[in-house]
Amino acid sequence: MIKVDGVTVRFGGVVSLDEMSVEFPGGTCGLIGPNGAGKTTFFNVMSGFVTPKSGSITVDGTDLLAMPDFKRARWGLRRTFQTEQAIEGLTVFDNVATVYEHSRSGGGEGLSKKAAVDAALEFVGLTHVAQSYVRTLRAKERRFIEVARAVVGDPKIVLLDEPAAGLPEEETAELQEIIKGIPERTGATVILVDHDMVLVQACCTWAAVLDFGRLIASGPTGEVLHNEKVMQAYIGVDDNIGDLAS
Amino acid sequence: MTATVEAVAPSKSRPNPLALLGKLTGFKYFRHVLIAIVMFVALVVIPKALDSYWVANFTQMAVFAALAASAGMLYGRVGLVSLGQVAPYGIGIWTTIRLSFATSLPYPVLVLLAGLVAMVIGVLIGLPALRVSGLYLALVTLMLAAGVEIVISELKFANGGTGFRGVVKDLGGIKPTRRPSFALTDVAYYRFAVVGSFLVFMLAAFVLSRKPGRAWASIRQSEAAALSAGIDVTRYKILAFALASFMSGVAGGIFAGTVPKGMQSDSFNRQAAIFLIAAVIMGGIHSLWGALLGGFFATIMLKFLTQNVVGHGFWTRFSLSLFGFGLIMNLVQGTKAAEKKGIAP
Repeated sequence: MIKVDGVTVRFGGVVSLDEMSVEFPGGTCGLIGPNGAGKTTFFNVMSGFVTPKSGSITVDGTDLLAMPDFKRARWGLRRTFQTEQAIEGLTVFDNVATVYEHSRSGGGEGLSKKAAVDAALEFVGLTHVAQSYVRTLRAKERRFIEVARAVVGDPKIVLLDEPAAGLPEEETAELQEIIKGIPERTGATVILVDHDMVLVQACCTWAAVLDFGRLIASGPTGEVLHNEKVMQAYIGVDDNIGDLAS
Repeated sequence: MTATVEAVAPSKSRPNPLALLGKLTGFKYFRHVLIAIVMFVALVVIPKALDSYWVANFTQMAVFAALAASAGMLYGRVGLVSLGQVAPYGIGIWTTIRLSFATSLPYPVLVLLAGLVAMVIGVLIGLPALRVSGLYLALVTLMLAAGVEIVISELKFANGGTGFRGVVKDLGGIKPTRRPSFALTDVAYYRFAVVGSFLVFMLAAFVLSRKPGRAWASIRQSEAAALSAGIDVTRYKILAFALASFMSGVAGGIFAGTVPKGMQSDSFNRQAAIFLIAAVIMGGIHSLWGALLGGFFATIMLKFLTQNVVGHGFWTRFSLSLFGFGLIMNLVQGTKAAEKKGIAP
């Protein structure tokens, strides 16, 4: 369980996160909201790139914000980026191996590096391009490499920042199946940020909604998407975004 | 939709010409064969076919290539623009010459020690520089190089005297710098320089293919992504500086044996610092082969142009100015990219 308590982030006069308090129960959780709502800022707070003005984040009793940024990855925090960040100059295998050798937490599952990386690549279906250089690959494969980087070893939390951005429908469907499998495979809590409500609804049993840095709703995904405030935030009218999604 | 996504990805790609050649010929050990050919040409063909003037120039090339490999590795593989690689190079030259008079250790040991001394000093003076990046790092490292130049030109190079500096006042007391006992002639020393340079390249290639190399590739692309992969960015940057300083120091140690008497600090002044990075960039920074090419451009090609083709006239100056142009273009591009990266991804 990830407990976020009163996290506030200000950039000059702009309040990016305003007293955000929420408890992510585990499994795959959605974090949604209009552009500029503070979703990526929240991820950056989790990663340690942004230091909040106040508030705390504890994961099963561990104070996340007390750890230096790179040590959070070693502890088990993984993330993907809005602009995909698979390392161009390395092979697919080395991309995943880099994360494993730097942030395997506590010896993990007792697998060798090769076995762990191979397992992660198999999980996202990239075994056939393991020895290819990233720069030769297509957008979908690069996205999936990032997911493999996020699940290799022994992650505790996986943050996915718009993993489906720019992917066509059929590839998003593939990604959806992979994301659904992450908690079961790794036992990690997944937080998914995406604008694709079909994807969020399919992957997440639970969701939280941010608007202008404030948490406006949280709970089971179906209920949240039909919440009045959420509909207001998204489209400014009383239409039902649950209907838009289906 | 699929088509547009596919169209975007390859535009970013930078195919490796060497890998491409290997693929075209379907030959797996293409690179190994190429290395063998280069070494054969360097060790057998060049000493047989060329006169002592050109052998001396190729000795310079071997040294310059090793130095270029250190600067190119920092820039191309780690993303750190250092204009200061001539500083550990100068420290390497000074240390080797000083130790060659103070001790009777075998010459290769002196070169190794020079590399280690350059590494320690290089890391110490490089530590504050790690707080800045891009163009600012270039400026800071250039100033550090200038500082080292001043210190060494004040210290002067040892020539057989006593004390810390080992400089004699009496001109008659000047002794020549030592060379390895097995490589006293110019041709033998040339071979020694080639092998030494080759080992520097191998060391770089080895480290680049291991855990640090992968960490550097991550840092070069995005420090944020590297941090979130658990990479201790500061530590790996220091490691990069340490390795590059060691390589430069060794290059300096090899260079020390090429100056019989009265070493000057021209080879590592500020102008040399700029020229080095320009040559590195013209050669190419994404592969170690580029450093070899940069060494070729900076030594053999320029000598060839001035001696045989066009003299010190317009075209030689023009080709020199291309180095400067390439450098400026690259720094501008590099800084733009660094600004875009930022910390928030």
